[in-house]
Amino acid sequence: MSEVVKSRPGAERDQGREIVKAYRTMLAARVLEEKLAALYRGGKIKGGVFLGRGQEALSVAVGQNLRPGDIFAPLIRDQAGRMAFGDTILDTLRTYLGSSLGSMRGRDGNIHRGRPREGYYAMISHLGAMIPVVTGGLLARRLQGQSGVVGATCIGDGGTSTGAFHEGLNAAAVEKLPLVVVVANNQYAYSTPNSRQFACADLLDKAIGYGVTGHKVDGTSLADCLRVIGVAITAARAGGGPQLIVGDLLRLVGHGEHDDASYVDPTLRRKPVGQDCIELAGAYIIQQGWASAEQLANWREELETEVDATAGRVMREPEPDPADEDWSALSTRELEDHFA
Amino acid sequence: MSITYLEAIREAQAKALADDPRVFIYGQDVGTFGGAFKATKNLAKEFPGRVIDSPISEDAIVGMAIGAAIEGARPIVEMQFADFSTVGFNQIVNQAATLYYRTGVSCPIVVRLPSGGTAGSGPFHSQSMEAIYAHYPGLVVLTPATVEDAYSMLLEAIAIEDPVIFCEHKFLYYHLKAESLPAEAQPIGKARIARPGRDLTIVTYGAMVHESLAAAEEIAADGFEIEVVDLRSIKPLDTDTVLASVARTGRLLCVGEAWPWGGVCAEVIARVTAEGFGLLDAPPMRLNAKDTPVPYHPALWGTHRPTASAVAASARQLLEI
Ligand SMILES: Cc1ncc(C[n+]2csc(CCOP(=O)(O)OP(=O)(O)O)c2C)c(N)n1
Ligand SMILES: [Mg+2]
Repeated sequence: MSEVVKSRPGAERDQGREIVKAYRTMLAARVLEEKLAALYRGGKIKGGVFLGRGQEALSVAVGQNLRPGDIFAPLIRDQAGRMAFGDTILDTLRTYLGSSLGSMRGRDGNIHRGRPREGYYAMISHLGAMIPVVTGGLLARRLQGQSGVVGATCIGDGGTSTGAFHEGLNAAAVEKLPLVVVVANNQYAYSTPNSRQFACADLLDKAIGYGVTGHKVDGTSLADCLRVIGVAITAARAGGGPQLIVGDLLRLVGHGEHDDASYVDPTLRRKPVGQDCIELAGAYIIQQGWASAEQLANWREELETEVDATAGRVMREPEPDPADEDWSALSTRELEDHFA
Repeated sequence: MSITYLEAIREAQAKALADDPRVFIYGQDVGTFGGAFKATKNLAKEFPGRVIDSPISEDAIVGMAIGAAIEGARPIVEMQFADFSTVGFNQIVNQAATLYYRTGVSCPIVVRLPSGGTAGSGPFHSQSMEAIYAHYPGLVVLTPATVEDAYSMLLEAIAIEDPVIFCEHKFLYYHLKAESLPAEAQPIGKARIARPGRDLTIVTYGAMVHESLAAAEEIAADGFEIEVVDLRSIKPLDTDTVLASVARTGRLLCVGEAWPWGGVCAEVIARVTAEGFGLLDAPPMRLNAKDTPVPYHPALWGTHRPTASAVAASARQLLEI
């Protein structure tokens, strides 16, 4: 990376700005998720809480490298990427706490949120299912004569075993669509280690099979994530076809907040892959002189204040009222079926 | 000693693994971890090599079970949630369900579907899929509502030569308890009178049996005796027991947690009106979930699914006709 930095005056400053911006988004995601965990423990959240602790660098790099007008379908552990793409602390809390004012209006919750009209697709739980959907979104954009659009979606190591992953990536490759698939290879799918999930030496090998470009990235390094995903998104935007990125990292929380992750090999936490990307990024920023330790601490404190205040506000917002619901799943109201 | 509905499912699988060397279990996280709900807790340790973690590949999971069954094995497949069985749907309805009819070779697999709604679970972790599977010829579809049935029907399902869709209800997993496991049981295909009565029949299954029993209890205070029929198996469906009950009461309310269109309630009402029209003193009635995806927020979910008070309201309405 240092060669790139030296090649152009001001590039180092730009890179510093990018990294600090991404770091602050990661921090916002981290602080918000810590709040969500606390709310869950306090019984304030119905249903599950699924966090992305340890995956913020990879996730934020996707959201931050996209532009308005692009398509993004994040998955379970993408709080940071969602926020980089424009999602907010307010709407996240509203969705988790089931406020009727949230984008999902209490109809869906937690990570299953989005605003499709803004290119921010709302995942379904079924793993892999978003890949063909983003691919189809890109096909339509092409049919509409749009170019320079990218569609990105994230998935886990486990999700790569689905038929939808295979079919979606293959179809995107056949159509040479600007699809960017980011695999957060966090070594486990719930309790299942990679050794029980796939037999290729590296998930990156799959890129060859599909005829798409593969990129490997150290998911604990923010600078690496920003650079590699930036390269991939640029390549897709320029007409290079689908890009498969595999980021190696470790999920530093349970599968969901109900899970103690006792099945995770403890030695992994001491290996490079088990490092906390936020700690590494913070240290790097301080070392580069882009911000001081006090500034970092201040940012965290400001975020904690904002998150606490927002949570307090959302908890006073109205719940959805079943009496106000029209209980209709069709937009064409006259075609609604009626049951006695 | 007391045993939960979930533990009964574990115990049935333990017994099947112990008694029959052909049995094995395949599914996500079912091995050392013991499954997302712990329905296979410790089984991998007790039966080495026979409780196998799968990749996240439902199509392959079911397809492999079918292949194994052809070769003489007795696979039990665990879907992590019933909702994800849609990904294995093709193998279930086109491969497993047609095999015997096409080739004369039966397909003894059991697909366990952790089914139904719980608060806060939302559109993709709450579905009741029994009707869609029952629609296909070649499948047996079971919906146990008690700890005893969870145990005995799962054992029977494993013994059956045909593919069985075992719809175990997540809402009942932890709080439903019994003193002990049953030594013998009613056979699959026979419904059960869960509460006798003479004024109105509620035909239901799964978690709705308990909502209906609570409603019957509530209405008993008004002096009405509600009979509750627990179907246990929705395919085959025990029309005789249903008709005999309606013959006693003259009134039929069907309660199902699934969506209304083409569902179990619709099927029961079709049979009763076709075969027992003269037994009815009032039009039959059904109460189902609302015709939308299952909402996440508990306040919406509590209205979306039938609850004891909704069942009681419908029953009162029907009693007044
Ligand atoms: C088709 C399908 N099958 C099963 C599940 C249940 N499930 C939810 S998350 C998960 C594990 C996912 O692992 P991975 O893809 O590695 O993502 P991670 O949780 O590690 O981020 C499973 C099996 C699902 N959501 N979709
Ligand atoms: Mg994973």
